[in-house]
Amino acid sequence: MIYVKDLYKTFHNSTGTVNVLNGITETINQGEKVVIIGPSGSGKSTFLRCLNLLETPTSGSIQFEDTEITDSKCDINAVRRELGMVFQHFNLFPHLTIRQNITLAPVKLKLKTQQEADEMALELLKKVGLADKIDAYPIQLSGGQKQRIAIVRALALNPKALLFDEPTSALDPEMVGEVLNVMKALAENGMTMVVVTHEMGFAREVATRVLFMDEGKIIEQGPPDEFFTNPKSPRLKEFLSKVL
Amino acid sequence: MAGITYTSNIFTDIWHGIKDYCVNLGAEFWEQIKLNLIEKERYQYITKGLWITVRIAFFAALFGALIGIIIALIKVASNNGKKLKLLNLIANLYTTVIRGTPALVQLFIVYYSFCSILKIDRFYAAIISFSINSGAYVSEIIRAGIMSVDKGQMEAGRSLGLSQRTTMTKIIFPQALKNILPALGNEFITLVKETSVAGYIGVVDLSKAGDIIRSQTYSPTIPLYTVAFIYLIIVVLLTKLLNKFERRLRKSDLR
Repeated sequence: MIYVKDLYKTFHNSTGTVNVLNGITETINQGEKVVIIGPSGSGKSTFLRCLNLLETPTSGSIQFEDTEITDSKCDINAVRRELGMVFQHFNLFPHLTIRQNITLAPVKLKLKTQQEADEMALELLKKVGLADKIDAYPIQLSGGQKQRIAIVRALALNPKALLFDEPTSALDPEMVGEVLNVMKALAENGMTMVVVTHEMGFAREVATRVLFMDEGKIIEQGPPDEFFTNPKSPRLKEFLSKVL
Repeated sequence: MAGITYTSNIFTDIWHGIKDYCVNLGAEFWEQIKLNLIEKERYQYITKGLWITVRIAFFAALFGALIGIIIALIKVASNNGKKLKLLNLIANLYTTVIRGTPALVQLFIVYYSFCSILKIDRFYAAIISFSINSGAYVSEIIRAGIMSVDKGQMEAGRSLGLSQRTTMTKIIFPQALKNILPALGNEFITLVKETSVAGYIGVVDLSKAGDIIRSQTYSPTIPLYTVAFIYLIIVVLLTKLLNKFERRLRKSDLR
């Protein structure tokens, strides 16, 4: 479904150049739940953000289904509709109500009428237990509620895959569970997911495959059982000994 | 002086003293009003001047806002990596020069070295000059307002498949407006008062009107106070209007 080949990303900042991604080749298949872990600065968020071109790769190619998204002629907006994203800081639109947050894109992109979108919004909100918040503003919600709304907003476009960029890192501990439960439910329904996270429990329980990144490369990967119980590379061993 | 008193109470003497003084002052005040505003229909200077000031300020605010929006969009777009090098250079030069020179000097330059040669009326020269001046400040206000919106908002909009333009108009601008409006209101208020230098090129605006009356009656008070009072009223009304807008925009901040 997503094919990444020889992906490099270099940032130029005041302190010089930083090579964030150093050649990543990876395939993500339909229905997979891929969890990416690694120390901070390992490039995992940058890798995820390259997948919907929020970051432009320095070199390499990314293909989503039949579309070469790194091609300059590609209509990236059309690809992004099918590739939802959930952010660490939710990024809900604070000037809009929850209903407007969810329905803005489907209506603006002429995928649905306002009425159809409203009905779908209510339906999705019921599933995450927030139907009563439909006319609230984001500031009136807790972090966990905001992130569940953000997931609903991404789902409103009926995407083929979802990208999660540390979805629980900005949450108070007691709210992590409610967001992970929504993500688990999505996984059980067969959604293709790529998740950057520090939640090892989630990785163990939900992932079909875990990737370990360090210094802009994928060092090791495998199904969660083997990955966590029998790590091979010394760097992964060291990382797991610190986080588990 | 204190008049006939029924009792020889010192307090009533003082009371009558104050009363007489006030009556005299009132009469004097009324005389001054008559002299400065009513005699020879001098109030017409004020009303005509006010109308000129209102028109100059209105059109300068309007065109200034237009110029400001265009310049701000150029700066924001080139900051977002769009290739507008030359336009951006011009925009930066414009804000630097206009913000770095006095409005009065700009007015002289616009009038004497352009408008008077091109036979453009001084009234329009004033509008042109104040528009150009205000545009520079407005552009910086708008640019700062747009920049103050969290980067994640643009990313969230784009990640939903919305175009850059739709994200800007539906997500970034409405949020920026909330940050822009107070500063923009301030700029309009400054602009209204700044138009008072238009008299230097012979436009008979509100300030100049007061000045003309003063030169006829030699009164050091009424003409100037009248003018000051009218500016104050305009600014207070403008402030009220802007506060109303702001309150409406702050609806989503209420918990």
